[in-house]
This record gives sequence, structure tokens and C-alpha cells, in this order.
Amino acid sequence: MSLRLSLAGLVTGLAIAAASPALAAEGAPKPPAQSWSFSGPFGKFDRAQLQRGFKVAKEVCANCHAMSLIRFRNLAEPGGPGFTPSQVAALAASYTNIKDGPNDSGEMFERPGRPADAFPAPFANEQAARAANGGAYPPPIDMLAKARTYERGFPKFVFDIFTQYQEQGPDYIVALLTGYRDPPAGVTLLPGQNYNNFMPGHLIAMPKPLSDGQVEYPKGPDGKSPVPETVEQYAKDVAAFMVWMAEPHLEARKRLGFQVMIFLALFAGLLYFTKKKIWARLPDHASAH
Amino acid sequence: MSGHSTYQPKTGIERWLDARLPIVRLMHDSAVSYPVPRNLNLLWTFGGILVFMLVAQIITGVILAMHYTPNATMAFNSVEHIMRDVNFGWLLRYLHSNGASMFFVAVYVHIFRGMYYGSYKAPREVLWILGVIIFLLMMATAFMGYVLPWGQMSFWGATVITNLFSALPVIGETIVTFLWGGYSVDNPTLNRFFSLHFLLPFMIAGVVVLHIWALHHVGQNNPTGVEVKDVKKDTVPFTPYATIKDLFGMVCFMLVFAWFVFYQPNFMGHADNYIPANPASTPAHIVPEWYFLPFYAILRAIPDKLGGVLAMGGAIVILAFLPWIDTSKVKSMTYRPIARQFFWMFVLVCIGLGYLGAMPADEPYVTISRILTVLYFGFFLALALIGIFERPAPLPTSIADSVLGGSGARLGHATASEPQAKG
Amino acid sequence: MAHATDTTGTEPTRRDFLMLTTGAFGAVGAAALLVPLVGQLAPDAQVVAAGAPIELDLTPIAEGQAIKLFWRGKLIFVRNRTKKEIDEAKAVDVATLRDPQTDEQRTKAGHERYLVVYGNCTHLGCVPLGNAAGEPKGEFDGWFCPCHGSHYDSSGRIRKGPAPLNLPVPPYAFTADTKIKIG
Repeated sequence: MSLRLSLAGLVTGLAIAAASPALAAEGAPKPPAQSWSFSGPFGKFDRAQLQRGFKVAKEVCANCHAMSLIRFRNLAEPGGPGFTPSQVAALAASYTNIKDGPNDSGEMFERPGRPADAFPAPFANEQAARAANGGAYPPPIDMLAKARTYERGFPKFVFDIFTQYQEQGPDYIVALLTGYRDPPAGVTLLPGQNYNNFMPGHLIAMPKPLSDGQVEYPKGPDGKSPVPETVEQYAKDVAAFMVWMAEPHLEARKRLGFQVMIFLALFAGLLYFTKKKIWARLPDHASAH
Repeated sequence: MSGHSTYQPKTGIERWLDARLPIVRLMHDSAVSYPVPRNLNLLWTFGGILVFMLVAQIITGVILAMHYTPNATMAFNSVEHIMRDVNFGWLLRYLHSNGASMFFVAVYVHIFRGMYYGSYKAPREVLWILGVIIFLLMMATAFMGYVLPWGQMSFWGATVITNLFSALPVIGETIVTFLWGGYSVDNPTLNRFFSLHFLLPFMIAGVVVLHIWALHHVGQNNPTGVEVKDVKKDTVPFTPYATIKDLFGMVCFMLVFAWFVFYQPNFMGHADNYIPANPASTPAHIVPEWYFLPFYAILRAIPDKLGGVLAMGGAIVILAFLPWIDTSKVKSMTYRPIARQFFWMFVLVCIGLGYLGAMPADEPYVTISRILTVLYFGFFLALALIGIFERPAPLPTSIADSVLGGSGARLGHATASEPQAKG
Repeated sequence: MAHATDTTGTEPTRRDFLMLTTGAFGAVGAAALLVPLVGQLAPDAQVVAAGAPIELDLTPIAEGQAIKLFWRGKLIFVRNRTKKEIDEAKAVDVATLRDPQTDEQRTKAGHERYLVVYGNCTHLGCVPLGNAAGEPKGEFDGWFCPCHGSHYDSSGRIRKGPAPLNLPVPPYAFTADTKIKIG
């Protein structure tokens, strides 16, 4: 009957609608999926990677971007980069211009940092940041790994429920940091604009922030860094660090999650059999289905 | 349901209390001896699941309110403070935010179940309308709760939804100003939304009590839609039969809930809400939470401001009139071959509208939204017409017959071996 | 009203075991839920971190003066005692005290000039007077609590009035001659 036809038509229409966002988002390619140590149900951060990522964030990103949701003490907390408390205290004290006050004479003063202090921001406020960056605001990067994403589209987003893919943020960040290109013919850049393959609309105010060899990584026993000091590697490391900044309890969450899932699965099984037992008490149960 | 109480106070204290406040009797009658149709399937566990979700949301919500700061300059960071510093704060907040989504998952299953099995038909009209009221209160609560983190989606969602009221003629602008407590969405708005977000769940709980009262007065519908004829043959006592089944359904639901909380906590949220609210910049696509998307799509499908608002409101309010729109005497769609197909098409239309609500307001989405909006309301028109000419399949003579294969009378049931069932 | 009801259990032991296990699981689950629900009441990481030890320079405190400061949200008095006050505190016969403690137990050897005590009366938590010049110091040259009339001596010990205990001494140590670290 025609009803079935209309149902079929509806489904087809939806499928077309679902397929078209890929066409609609012109030009901006999907960021390639990276492999991350923290993905999946048993994911854990790679401590060495977080420490390298912190170094990149501290030496490069923090010159323009705030990450003030992070406190120095977080760097020594479990599930994080795994710095020791004394390393953290020394790091905090190396920032000598932490604003505090007022003191007894009513004046604000500067003092060395303590582990409880927030990571100092490079600019006092958004206006100062804009003024120093040609009108563009370098957003805080502490939450960016959760605040940036890209459209997965149907049906991928349904599969993501089961594959637990949720690393759109870091994948996008890696793609962006490695996505600087010369503008294609026909695109003229205004002053303060840069061309990036993965930026929506391709025009980005942030100049290419990373270059090979820019950040010195800790040396292994052979006197060489165990990982290459390349833009690619920097981008991955800093993106991993940004995931930790955005979700510092990720490891605890996944660990507790596994325990809860096992418990609930066993409990559900027990309840199922208990339910069968109880319903079997009905005298006419044998013939009931 | 009908019938007198079977509660028998055993001790002196119980008798003393029963004579003064028969609360134990009330509990016994409504959660122990209450007769439940014996053929309920697992879809009927969603009522219990919804009570569980309401309690879970209230508990986690009250706790979050202990740590949250309802101030436009501090709200965003106070949520991050919960996520980072408060002991188990990340767990409580993810439970609450995903709990809202799971609450709606459960309520949509519950609503569609009621529609499929005709649970809105006489004598359950008031029960059904109370359900629609709960649904509306849930939407208001969820909307205001989503504003509280004061991220970009919070702010712009609040702006867009409150501006809907400006579509009302004459008084619209005044209403919006009063909603805001200012000339734009700002700190006063956040403060009042926090207060109302705290209040509304308790109003929901109140209406839930009425909903359950109405349910226990008329008795539960069941998959056959045939009313209970013989309490002995057709029903089982709520405890232990329904209790254990509800528990099983609840734990299965909790498995799904936990999957999202622990493994995909931001799947149902929106990335933009992790950016602090910025009145100077609107996100590229403003999208409400997924559970509002079908209604949002209807809103956008109408090319007129007031018309869109009315269509969206109508899409919800029309549910309340379902008992009178549907003209068929047969409750369960199991026995309604034509209505059943329309029902499944309606489900697809709702899913389709949900998808379109998340898409940008461009072609081809706008045209498809319009078609689906017509189909959405068309379903209700169809229900009114189908009932006139549809020839339903033969109904079982009783619930017991449907369970026992048509010869329910052959077994000696009701041996009355259970103490609380005597009387 | 009788329903389609039970037959008596045919396998009592196995059924009981299953019921017991299920019940135990439910109980364990409910108990586990309490951990986060109650645990969140404990001081959060920010509060704990803010309670780290603090350093204090004592040089600005003139003899006979006391200052107030806060550590972990608790009021602390630091008093630079006069010779007379020290002598009075040492002369007391400890056996006569309500809460017997010697002055030596309440100060650091070699730094008897400085007395560091929590600044809330041990009766019901009011702040005793006696820090600023001109405030009543009570009958024993220490502090006087205006709420219910407790008198503390120049070692912060309870001498008269309803309070049961001496003003407690917070954990602290001298890091230099005139520098202390509280906590």
C-alpha cells in the first residue's frame, strides 16, 4: 500500500538529509583521527607525553593563552602529568609575579607562586589580550579540548556511542596546529590573517605557533630525545595535555566506570534470574509465555 | 484499584498508628498488594525508572547546588570547580547532566508506550493529562538547568527561548523583560532560573504523586488494552512480581546511563557550552539539547514568528487532547493494523524532526522540516479518521487468556497461599 | 483479595541463595552510592590546598601587642608578651589550673616572648578581647571573653569563667628568630 511507499520515501529523504552536511561544510576537511593513549574504556594518559605537552604549553602557548583553571598543584595530582610535589613547588616559585594583596598598607603586591595558585595568565583581561594581538582574542586553552569539535555526521555519531570515540577535540587541535598552509591561488590574506586547512573558513588569526626543534624535549640515556622534536609531535603532545587540562579526572572516571559496569551487569543478571524464580511461583506459570 | 484494603496491622504500634495516620496502609495498598495486570512487558518498567530518575536528579541537584555559584561572573568557573576540586564532583555533575538526558530517554519511551497501547483512553484521560503536565514541567526544568553552567549554549539558548515569548502580541515584550529581569539575558536571569530550576523538580514530584494516584485509582493499562475483568485471574500483586521486574528494568537502564556517565559523558552535550557565555558572539549553530530538537525543528519550519511558536506549543499541547482525538474504541495498537503503521511512521517523523532540529536552517532541511511538521500533526488527524473505518483484529477475551493461550479458566489459580492476599 | 498467587517454593535453598545474593548486591550498591554522596561534603581540593602552611614575620608586632590572622579560616592570635606578662605566666602554680599546662608547654623554648594561640574562646567560640591597646585584658593580663565572661591569662590559659579549656596552640615552628611557619 501507499503507506509503505511513503515510509520508504521518508527514510530515503532522511538518508539524503543525513548525507548532505558533508557537502554543505565546504572545504574544511575532517581532522584525521589520531591514536590516543587515553581513548577507550581503559584509556590512561601517557605521563611522559603530558610532561612534554606541558612543556610546549608553558613555553609556547602560555605566551598568549591563559590556562588559569589549572593550578600548579594539579600537575602533581594522580591521573595527571605525574610531577612530584617538590617539582611543582619549584615550578610555582619560579613565577615571581603572582598578584596578591592588599597588604597592611592597602597595596597589592607580587609574590612567588605557591602550588595552590592558578597558572598565571599572560594578559590581565580580554581587552589587554586583544590589544596585544591585533584585535584577536587568544582564547583560554584549559577547556579547548572539550570546547572544540567537528561535525561527525550521520551515521558516524551513532557508532560513536559504541566505539566510545570522543576525541574530536584533540584530533581537531592536532589538525589545526599542523594545518598551516600557503593560501591557495585566489585567496588573499589580510594583515593578521593566516591560512589553515582545518580552520572553519580557513582564516585564522593565530600565526603558525610551532616549528620543528622549537621546544627542547628531555633527553633519553643516549643523549637524544626519545621522541622527535617536530611540529607533528609537539601538536600531539600539547593536545594530549589539553585533554588532561579539560578533563583532569578522566582516568579516575574510566576506572570507576569499569567497576560500576561490571557491578551493574552482574546485578542485572542476578535480578533477571530472581525475577524468573519469583514469577515461577505463579501456579499456572508453566503454560505462560 | 477498586477493592478494599488488605492491610492487617500486626503489632500494637501498627494498630495505634493505623488508627491515626494510615500511612503504612497506604504504602501497603499501593506498593505491595496493588494488583498489576500480569501481562505487562518491560516497557511498563519505565514508570518506575522515571521515579528513580526524578529522585536521582533531585539528590544530585541538591548536592550540586551546595557547590555551585549562581552569578554570571562566577557560574562557569564554579561548575569547573565542581568538576576539578570537589570530591566526586565530576561524577555528580556528569550524573546530573546525563541524568537529564536519560530522564528524557525514559519519558519518551514512556510516552510512546502510552500511545502505542492506548493508555490515554478512558478511564485514563486525567492520568494522561497529568503526564503531559509533567512533561511540560520537565522541559521547563531542563531548559533552566541547561542555562546554569553559563556557557555559550546556555546563554544563547536562554536568549533564543525567552525571545519566543516576544512573539506574543501586545504583552510579548513585557513578558520577555520580566523573564530576564533586565534588558537582556544577564545575571538577574541566571539567578531566577537557578531558583526556579531548584523549585520545579519538587512541583514535578507533586504532580507525579497525582499521576500515580490517578494510576492506582483506575488501574494499569496492559499490552492487550483489555481491562482487568477478574482480579484473581488477570492480576498479580505488585510486590514481589512487579517490584522485581521494575528493579530489573531499572538496573538495565542504569547500565546504559552509566555507559554515558563514565565513558561518553559529553556525548549528549554540546562542545560550545564549554566556552564561557559571551554576549558579543553567537555560536555558529545554536542547537538546544537533543530532547528539544523535534520541537525546535517545528518552530523553525514555520516561516512566521508567532506561527512557529504556536506550532511548537501546539505540538506538545495536542498530546493532552489525544484521548478525544483518537476515535477508536480499541486501546492497544497490537489489534489495530492501520493505526499501528501510522504510529511507527509517527515515531520516524519525530526522529526525523529531531535530526532536522540539529541541522542548520538551510535547504533542503527547511523543506523537509515543513513536510515532517505536516506529517506530525497529520498523525493526529489520521488517528481521528482511522478509528471510524478501521477493522481491528479480534481481541482476547481477558488478560489471562492472552497470557495462557486462550484457556485461562482451565487452571486452579488463586489458591490464596499468600498471606497478604487474603481478605 | 487473592491474586494468581504463589505455590510454596519447591527449591527453598537455591531460591534463598539467589535471593540473598541479589539482596546483598543491592545493599552493596546502595552503600557504594553513599560514598560520593557523602564524600562530597569533605573539604574540596581547593580548600585543602588553601590550608597549606603560612609564614609570618613577627618583627612588626611591638612588645605588649598582639595581632590577629587567619589560617584555614581559623582566627589566630600572635602576642609579643612583656617581661611582666611572661613572669606572671611562669609564676602560676600549674596544679591550681582548670586545664593544667605550663607556660613552657605553650611556647617554644628560646622564643618565650611570643605566644601563638587560636583566637576563639573554648566556651562557645566568641573572640576574646585583649589584643588592641585599651581593650579589657581580663583579671589575668591575658584575654577577656565578653560573651560569657571567661578570663584567660597571659599564657592563654583559662583562669575564670565558663570556658573549660585553655586557648589551643596551633601547630607552628620558628624558621628564623622572628619568623614562624604556621601549619
